[in-house]
Amino acid sequence: MTLLEVVQALDAEILYGQTLLDRELETCCGSDLMSDVLAFTKRNTLLCTGMTNIQVVRTADMTDLGGLVIVRGKRPPASFLEEAEAEKLPVLATKHTMFETCGILYACGLKGCSVKE
Amino acid sequence: MAEIKALKLAFDVPGANFDRAGEASAKLKRTLQQVGVPAEVIRRVAIGSYEGEINLIIHAGGGQLQAEIYPDHTRVIVSDQGPGIPDVKEAMQEGYSTASEEARAMGFGAGMGLPNMYNCADAFEIQSKVGWGTIITMDFKHQDR
Ligand SMILES: Nc1ncnc2c1ncn2[C@@H]1O[C@H](COP(=O)(O)OP(=O)(O)O)[C@@H](O)[C@H]1O
Ligand SMILES: [Mg+2]
Repeated sequence: MTLLEVVQALDAEILYGQTLLDRELETCCGSDLMSDVLAFTKRNTLLCTGMTNIQVVRTADMTDLGGLVIVRGKRPPASFLEEAEAEKLPVLATKHTMFETCGILYACGLKGCSVKE
Repeated sequence: MAEIKALKLAFDVPGANFDRAGEASAKLKRTLQQVGVPAEVIRRVAIGSYEGEINLIIHAGGGQLQAEIYPDHTRVIVSDQGPGIPDVKEAMQEGYSTASEEARAMGFGAGMGLPNMYNCADAFEIQSKVGWGTIITMDFKHQDR
């Protein structure tokens, strides 16, 4: 699924990444727990989260995530977006809740990051 | 025997400073990218190093992150002179955590850090003593898994 298709499915706002919309995402993860993101995601995963602290961007950088979706209409601070831009990490914002966001993306065919390979 | 030169990096990680958590690991990651280490390996080094860096901040009041980059492997050493770990075996269990509320609020403290470091590295060693501190050494071969 491309980032553009994610934007359309979630009726999301693009906070950063207008030029990266053709990026292909392979898997998706919904979590507020950065410890879990560090332990269980694969490269190029889309992370849906309600967290907006700078550690989300750092975690995304370390794990080579493909993009972020901030759920429930939350807004990350400017420093968050500046760092995301420096790392070419797309950031979307959606009004949907975490549950709805994950459900919509799952129905679109995006797969989870299963614990077992 | 000819001595193999390593590219060495050293960072001081200040304690209790969440805003800067991950900066040292990010710099290490950029350096590995410049050197041309495979991306899959860099990802494991970055995750292991970042987990160690976070632990310095949330458990040890700060410490040092060092990296030695050799042609065929990278060594990451995470050291501190903090409180030490009373029972290392227990601390290595998935889910064991003494993290503060503040650390949890940032999305950490799930007790997955040490096991994750162990899993990411090709070799993992931990030395810790109460009142002395903790030294973790991780080796990563420059080879995809
Ligand atoms: N550098 C350290 N100094 C003192 N204690 C530590 C250190 N690193 C880890 N620990 C102890 O080991 C536990 C498990 O660590 P970890 O697996 O990283 O989980 P978490 O950081 O989520 O608590 C910590 O909660 C803490 O009690
Ligand atoms: Mg930890």
